[in-house]
Amino acid sequence: MKILVAIKQVPDTATQVKIGAGGKAIDTTGITWIVSPYDEYAVEEALRIKEKRGQGEVVAVSLGPDRVKEALRSCLAMGCDRAIHLNDPAWNDADTLATAKALAAVMKQEAPGLVLCGRQAIDDDMGAVTAQLAELLGWPCAYWIMEEAIDADGKTARAARQVEGGLEVFELPLPAILAAQKGLNEPRYPTLKGIMGAKKKEIKDLKASDLGIAAEPPQLSVVALEAPPPRPPGRVIQGDVPTAVKELVRALREDAKAI
Amino acid sequence: MPNVFWCIVEDDRQGMPKKVMAEVIGEAARLSGGQTEAVWLTDRASDAGLKQLGEWGATRVWLLENAAYAPYRSEVWAGAVAELAAKESPKAIFGAVTSRQRECVARLAARLGVGLAADCVAFAMEGDTLVATRPVYAGKLLSRVAWAKGPWVATLRPNVFRPAEVQPGKTAAVERPSLSAPAAVMKFVERREEASTGLPELAEAETVISGGRGMKGPENYVILEDMARVIGAAVGASRAAVDAGWRPHRFQIGQTGRTISPKLYLGFGVSGAIQHLAGMRTSKVIVAVNKDPEAPIFKIADYGIVADLFEVVPELTKEFKKLLEK
Repeated sequence: MKILVAIKQVPDTATQVKIGAGGKAIDTTGITWIVSPYDEYAVEEALRIKEKRGQGEVVAVSLGPDRVKEALRSCLAMGCDRAIHLNDPAWNDADTLATAKALAAVMKQEAPGLVLCGRQAIDDDMGAVTAQLAELLGWPCAYWIMEEAIDADGKTARAARQVEGGLEVFELPLPAILAAQKGLNEPRYPTLKGIMGAKKKEIKDLKASDLGIAAEPPQLSVVALEAPPPRPPGRVIQGDVPTAVKELVRALREDAKAI
Repeated sequence: MPNVFWCIVEDDRQGMPKKVMAEVIGEAARLSGGQTEAVWLTDRASDAGLKQLGEWGATRVWLLENAAYAPYRSEVWAGAVAELAAKESPKAIFGAVTSRQRECVARLAARLGVGLAADCVAFAMEGDTLVATRPVYAGKLLSRVAWAKGPWVATLRPNVFRPAEVQPGKTAAVERPSLSAPAAVMKFVERREEASTGLPELAEAETVISGGRGMKGPENYVILEDMARVIGAAVGASRAAVDAGWRPHRFQIGQTGRTISPKLYLGFGVSGAIQHLAGMRTSKVIVAVNKDPEAPIFKIADYGIVADLFEVVPELTKEFKKLLEK
């Protein structure tokens, strides 16, 4: 079975982000980039499916500028067989729908049996591409999956999705799309051999024209980025524990009216 | 295009809309000048539920009642709402940030070929255009976004928007539109209920108590649960505590867990790593208790106590009990 994993390169959580010139995007100078954590669960699960079946191919795909190669290389080091880099300035302003359209075109070329994504990318936290890709392809999809099993002949996936109050288990005819939630697995660290081997693996660059699609203007655009309003200064309550606790409860009731 | 805002109903699966719908309907009404309609996909609506939507201010309920709508499947829900939207041309379609609506609304936006703004915390009409505000980059920045065309599709973060005031006796017209028969591709197998804690759901709770690495072990969360029962709070955990295996992942607050925005957040032994702050920084009142005066959480806390949580928690539970028994 061929499995495609769509990943996104995002700033590391701990990285400081600053608003860039123009005010609509961040200044990327000095940013540490990582593979979005949920996407690592997706990569890991794809590799486990391949290992369990003893055959197949895992292909990582990502949309973004040149720096994205580094993220794809990390996926190859984890064990993906090859990678596809959707690298075209025409996608610079891509919103989730434009991204999903580009990915849908890749899926039509590659015809995978299964697509895995992370639940959401931790930069814009939109969490939309998986469902939008499923919609454009007319495939079923399951969000926030905590476990999955592919049947022996590769016709159906059984997936447990996390919902409020429990897990819901569904059978999805393949091809289908699954969005990984934390808890699905524990992603592996690349081995030295994996890192060395990744250098020889193929990362294919594709432009919109290679996919036979025209990049469209985004349906959702950033008007401006802003710093969040500062929180009012807080107060550390002094005194021994019983005194401080009494004052805290008083303040929560009378000042903050929070209890 | 009429100026009608639609609100997709999040319910408790037992026929009642969840209270987050008061917030969604309230905000939609504010933006549309009261032209708010609810779209309810369910296998079992109730008269009490319909009454509730009317009293929150929905002027009409599009009731899509069919066994195929439960349990929720995005392809079925998005198909039904898109079909109805094609006939009725709403100006906007709002949902709540819940596990199912996040997915359904994304799929719906793709079917309609329009933009989606997920997890919004504010809206403003700028001329004839809606502009949404949403946290990005772990809440370190806010992004203001706008749509190229309508309907404007968005999801709203729970506990952020002012809920609609209940208007006793106000009713909604109930319409049961005839739509194509839903064709589900996914086959439902089973639902596995979580062992109930008897406490509110994390993402929706008005008060959240969170325990971090300072809890020292899974056995100690019982003291937080005792407090939670007194004040009606949900109990969550930091990533450090979840990764240590002390709490199941569904209780994790933060960037790789749940995003919460309660009226009151109480953190015990939580250091306040950026990834945790990403999931709770829009809380209205933040209380932090930590032995370490340098813990970053004190930078965003409204009230802090620098002390051993194991001394503070029992004392605080006792004081809350006294206060609430009055």
